[in-house]
Amino acid sequence: MRVVIAEDLALLRDGLIRLLGAFGFEVVEAVDNGPSLLRALTTHRPDVAVVDVRLPPTFTDEGLKAALEARREIPGLPLLVLSQHVEQLYARELLSDSRGGIGYLLKDRVSDVKVFVEAVRRVADGGTALDPDVVAQLLTRHAREEPLQRLTPREREVLGLMAEGRSNAAIAGKLFVTEKAISKHTNSIFGKLGLPQSEDDNRRVLAVLAYLGA
Amino acid sequence: METPTEDQVSERQRVVELLAQYARRVYTSFLRGVVQIVLAFTVNLPLFILAVLSLVFIPLGVGVVLTPVVFQAIRTIANQQRVWAAEWSGVQIAVPYRPEPPGGLGPFARLRWLLADPASWRDLLWTFVSIPVALVLGILAGGLAVYGLEGVLVAPWFALFGTFGWGPFWMLDDYGLLGLVGPIVLGAGMVAASVPLGPVFLKALALFGRSLLAPTRGALTERVQRLTETRSETVDASAAELRRIERDLHDGAQARLVALSMNIGLAEEMMKHDPETARQLLAEARAASGTALTELRDLVRGIHPPVLAERGLDGAVRALALTLPLPVDVHVDLPGRPDAPVESAAYFAVAEMLANVVKHSGARRAWLQIEHSDGRLLMIIGDDGTGGADPARGSGMRGIERRLAAFDGTMAVTSPPGGPTVVTMELPCALSSPKISPSSETG
Repeated sequence: MRVVIAEDLALLRDGLIRLLGAFGFEVVEAVDNGPSLLRALTTHRPDVAVVDVRLPPTFTDEGLKAALEARREIPGLPLLVLSQHVEQLYARELLSDSRGGIGYLLKDRVSDVKVFVEAVRRVADGGTALDPDVVAQLLTRHAREEPLQRLTPREREVLGLMAEGRSNAAIAGKLFVTEKAISKHTNSIFGKLGLPQSEDDNRRVLAVLAYLGA
Repeated sequence: METPTEDQVSERQRVVELLAQYARRVYTSFLRGVVQIVLAFTVNLPLFILAVLSLVFIPLGVGVVLTPVVFQAIRTIANQQRVWAAEWSGVQIAVPYRPEPPGGLGPFARLRWLLADPASWRDLLWTFVSIPVALVLGILAGGLAVYGLEGVLVAPWFALFGTFGWGPFWMLDDYGLLGLVGPIVLGAGMVAASVPLGPVFLKALALFGRSLLAPTRGALTERVQRLTETRSETVDASAAELRRIERDLHDGAQARLVALSMNIGLAEEMMKHDPETARQLLAEARAASGTALTELRDLVRGIHPPVLAERGLDGAVRALALTLPLPVDVHVDLPGRPDAPVESAAYFAVAEMLANVVKHSGARRAWLQIEHSDGRLLMIIGDDGTGGADPARGSGMRGIERRLAAFDGTMAVTSPPGGPTVVTMELPCALSSPKISPSSETG
């Protein structure tokens, strides 16, 4: 799998290259600023890009902007965006074209290597990987609303993991229950929230995120 | 070595340039003098009469509406004179007006604000007194050269025909050689004198303007006292803030990093004979690093939210609104970004206000409007909650007032029992071009 990395801190950039290399990714280019990122993405057209939000030269959201621009040129280009802080505003912008292939994680998540690599793979496959912090904010924001109040605590937990972009199998693994049990929960959640059922994991995630207003 | 001819040519050029420069200077003084005289009669005089009339008509009601308009117009021309005094003569005249109270002013409140300001009355005095002063000094600044030119170019002809007087030659009956040569010599002298004297008369006019248009000592004392107060409050607040940050770092992230490196060191030792414990220690270390990072992130957010650095006030308040548990309509209309300290103060004021809405108001909706006009950043926050907010009671609101006061900003709260609550905050500031200012932090 071919990856482009954009990160301006050399220490972190080398770490990411080493980490992804160790898990069988081929890092085709690692850049350290916004303009080079846009060029690298449009020339290499990688299977997935791992991008830091804040990059030189402006040290604002240069990385995010370049990545989103590349995605406008190459629709559906899988992007995994990393940042020291997560903002719903950015999550919303990333998810706005509802095509999937979007990840948005705190940099801290890199430390859980297995989960991180799984997220990179999921995004490359057109899935979603949303940071638990973003999901938690979304859920708190809607906590007062009627339909969410009708969910059981377990269902709310499952909804959160689903919003992060995890498949039933992954949720089952995380909660130490069978996939069938999760399937029952998700059916119940979709029924209570009035969302259309879908077998496709990805479409399901996007429906949940749209419902939560991400 | 230069040849004499080249020398002469360059000398002639130099003289021509110098003369052209003098001519420009004379012409400028002339124009400025004329502008001052014309303004005195076509603007100052009518405005003074209008001001007196509208004051007289206040009891009839018309004056209530008219007076603020006229006084505002007087402020506009007075401000123009302040600008010219600085540009033409290097005389700095500070603007003495009291800041407009925040919030939309009713006609009576507006009238009171204008008439209570001593600067308004000094302005009015200036509009009248400046008329004769501008006439005399304007004629001296502009007319000296004109009269001198007339002496050189026109008067001798009349002398030849014996029918006209000029300068000191009015009294002479016989316009002989003296009447012919005298005006030329004297006129040339006047033109030459007008080169240095024109700016002097204009400066005299500017100094006269300063005597009435500049802040009085009392106003300055008042201002100094206010600045001293807000400065000491700001210094206290920022010192307390630094202490809090130090404590948070010391007890939080720093302590966690110590524990973390201890765990890693232990794990290193254990690796050989007890790999299972080593693995456990490493897992603990990772968890501790996660907690430390979260604490650092919260701390950074409290110092300067990263999204503010990345997106400016507009993006930052939108991002903030998205995290609140109630819907907030956000309207931001800013053509550029304020200076970083002002931007930060504005953001934290808005954030604190919105936090108040969430905590105390019981509102179902809120709205936020931010715009920039007349050199002020205007932030209005409203909600449909229960009202009864009192800035004197809440320490949060006091904190915001202090934050804003450091930048000469103000805050006004209207919150009748039963709501709705509307908070208006104003910060005087300029906006930079829409370009984003670079920062050295990384994310």
